[in-house]
Amino acid sequence: MAPVSRADDTVRQVNENQCQQCMPLGGIIAFRGVEGAMALVHGSQGCSTYMRLACVNHFNEPVDIASSSLNEKQTIHGGEANLKLAFDNVRRVYEPTVIGVLTTCLAETMGEDLDRIVRDYHKERGGTGCKIIPVPTPSYSGSHTEGYWAATRAILSRYARPAEPHRRINVIVPHLSPADLREIRRILDMVGVEYTLLPDYSMTLDRPYAGTYRKIPEGGTRPADIAGMPGAPLTIEFSTTCPENLSPGLWLEQEYGVPPERLPLPCGLEGTDRFLAHLRKVSGHELPHQLETERGWLLDAMADAHKYNAEGRAVIYGEPELVCALTRVCAENGILPAVIATGSQNSRIAACIEPMIAGLDEEPVVLEGADFAAIGRAALHAGVNIAIGHSGGKFFTERHGIPVVRTGFPVHDRIGGQRILSTGYAGSIALLDRITNTLLEQKHGSYRRLRQEEMNTEVPGVT
Amino acid sequence: MDDHGTGPAAVTGACLGERQRSIVTAGQGKKSIHCTDDSLAGSVSQRACVFCGARVVLNPVTDAVHLVHGPIGCASYTWDIRGSLSSGPEMYRNSFSTDMQERDVIFGGEKKLAACIDEIVERYCPPAIFVYATCVTGMIGDDIVAVCRDASCRHGMDVIPVESSGFISGNKVVGYRAAALALMRLIRPKDGEHVEPTRKLNFLGEYNLGGEMWLVRRYLAEMGIEMNVAFTGDSTVAALKQAPSSCLNLVQCTGSMHWVAQQLEMEFGTPFIDVNFFGAENTAESLRKIAMFYDDPAITARTESLIARETVRIRPVLERYRRKLAGKRAAIYVGGAFKAVAIIRQLRELGMDVVLTGTQTGKKEEYSTIAGLLNEGAIVVDDTNPAEIERFLTEMKVDVMAGGVKERVLAYKLGVGFVDHNHDRKECLAGFDGAVTFAREVYVTTCSPVWKYLKSVPGGA
Repeated sequence: MAPVSRADDTVRQVNENQCQQCMPLGGIIAFRGVEGAMALVHGSQGCSTYMRLACVNHFNEPVDIASSSLNEKQTIHGGEANLKLAFDNVRRVYEPTVIGVLTTCLAETMGEDLDRIVRDYHKERGGTGCKIIPVPTPSYSGSHTEGYWAATRAILSRYARPAEPHRRINVIVPHLSPADLREIRRILDMVGVEYTLLPDYSMTLDRPYAGTYRKIPEGGTRPADIAGMPGAPLTIEFSTTCPENLSPGLWLEQEYGVPPERLPLPCGLEGTDRFLAHLRKVSGHELPHQLETERGWLLDAMADAHKYNAEGRAVIYGEPELVCALTRVCAENGILPAVIATGSQNSRIAACIEPMIAGLDEEPVVLEGADFAAIGRAALHAGVNIAIGHSGGKFFTERHGIPVVRTGFPVHDRIGGQRILSTGYAGSIALLDRITNTLLEQKHGSYRRLRQEEMNTEVPGVT
Repeated sequence: MDDHGTGPAAVTGACLGERQRSIVTAGQGKKSIHCTDDSLAGSVSQRACVFCGARVVLNPVTDAVHLVHGPIGCASYTWDIRGSLSSGPEMYRNSFSTDMQERDVIFGGEKKLAACIDEIVERYCPPAIFVYATCVTGMIGDDIVAVCRDASCRHGMDVIPVESSGFISGNKVVGYRAAALALMRLIRPKDGEHVEPTRKLNFLGEYNLGGEMWLVRRYLAEMGIEMNVAFTGDSTVAALKQAPSSCLNLVQCTGSMHWVAQQLEMEFGTPFIDVNFFGAENTAESLRKIAMFYDDPAITARTESLIARETVRIRPVLERYRRKLAGKRAAIYVGGAFKAVAIIRQLRELGMDVVLTGTQTGKKEEYSTIAGLLNEGAIVVDDTNPAEIERFLTEMKVDVMAGGVKERVLAYKLGVGFVDHNHDRKECLAGFDGAVTFAREVYVTTCSPVWKYLKSVPGGA
């Protein structure tokens, strides 16, 4: 197995240029995938504002996030009154069917008993018709990736009810782009299986312009469908890197015996093949011809591009699940994944990529819990010529001339983070073209000068 | 208790009743605005926190290391957050965090902080390190002042604590004060140090987001006046330490820097004047004020010729935009009142009707100034939120809004144009050229061809 470094050797305490966001942010995105949901951050005002900014910059959508706006007084005496007032005000203005409460470091350090406060609130206010789901998400316990899984699991466990067996399969997704979710839905619809997708923010975080504006966007997984997930014949969960204690699919198995199938992301040829192989088994019939055609287009694209891709030496970074998928895409296309890194600390990333990197010409450097100081040093040492990941890698270009293929979260310095498509055969073609064309742009911009320099300098020792 | 009168009829329904007292209508009665209070829980305020205020003020110090003592989020969200430009050092564009883990929260983070400082000094040897407190470190009582003092002694350099625990207030102004205290700590000459007085001036409350400081420095050079250092756009630690040598302080962003100017006057006897380089009229007025202070006929003559030349140069361009924009309806929601006032004046110079103005941190006097600048019926609002903005933009039939990133996406969803007068902008909006750039920004968004397609959607803007 590739040795995993936790940080680089010289700087071990300080984190310089972060590769991850904090835990409640992931929870907010998960709650955006539930119909009628509003997220509320229990902490000081700044937390919710920073997370709104991060979401707004990436999704180019209004993402309203309430705050209990804790101040000094409440920090000392407890935030209960503020939190209840926040529930009241959010209900009045947004009329949500569910409020997801994400705690912050501050609330957790204060020791706020959220379950008790929520229980009391319901008792005091009577039938509010609004569910309140608290999720502990202190920033010191994990990154936005863990926050996303924790919130998805909390949503599921709060809605799930013993259900009559039915035919709808469960499909649980990691943090992807809304466009990726739409592609997964398109494939499921094409195959013709019935399913519940959780969380489904494919429309809420990428809304079409529709004339009238709604404070809570339409879309999201319906609560009744989530409640019925225990009656599903099986769960497909794209979560090879998700720690077991955070996996919603494993929770469904433990509580209701729904068999989980934890698959890699349907990204790249092999990843999509595995997803479709399962769908074929589940549906019991052959896949639609259209998918075979799309697979053919991907194969054709891979052949067309393979020689250009062979020059790629990539640094891949971001959330664990996506990083694994991107590593697979690179490996199957002959791009060397020279540095593979994530900001998450418990990502199981090494075990997941082991089979993909076995037999590569060079052994990749794998970094977990990494900052960009460590990632950058490893990347420069490995002589990478392309970076694949979120906008945090912008210094690769600015300082070293290494282009970044933007994918993942956050993408704050380009438009359209919500539309970046990388899943399914169609998305894989789009991703591969982005990568290959980035390599080509570099090539065309430099080869004349490089050949000229190479061929016209004197070779030492030759007269 | 203030007389709150009646709020505008526009704010009903989905908007919160308690918020009515923070909304007034210009020219109607004696109602006084309720402001500077804590944000209403659950109102989805656009405000940030003390840490945010301190971070944006200090971050443009280009060669300092900015170390955030807390869990990862606070550093991650503020990495290179402010697009202030540097003429050299790039250190400030990195974000350092002590990345506190659960064990640090339980057992205290002081040791880790000290270790992080040591690592940074060993690796980069910066001229100064600003250490920012966050919610958690304030809550668990980490003594960052003591850790910084020890580190300063250990390394013989400036390690400056910034007491910016987020929960102290949702109002950035409190964070401005924390930053101001840190700046004063840095500037104050140590025992045995002496700063020679000069005829230079400092430019406080200018962050060089789009090169504004450089432009003003060019104007001053033409007038025959030298700029010492700006607080804090494109500043260095060494330059800031020379600040007491100046004979005058200009104050632009009053919210963040008035207090610093007062301190500099008290400690070093340096007088200060308020200036404003947003808009052609404001720029001319500010340059004259500065020339008047120096009271030198040569400087005055050069100043007048500069103003005359630039005014004539930009007048026809502005007139062209004015013809396109006259009568259009504008809204403003920004952080501080200084910026709001500057934008109101510029939009009015373009013949536009400002129908809504709000800020996150305005004070009562500032709001009455704002109300005085607006036509009767215009709305003035403190600490507003998306539900209110949505209502105002729709009901006041706004064509274009100026504000921050969070407001931008909402404006677009409502089919309203948007001018970035925020940390995200990349253009220089100051001075005479900045007035043209601003007018162009307003024009391209207000009169963009895209809106007619959005309007064609049933129910569309």
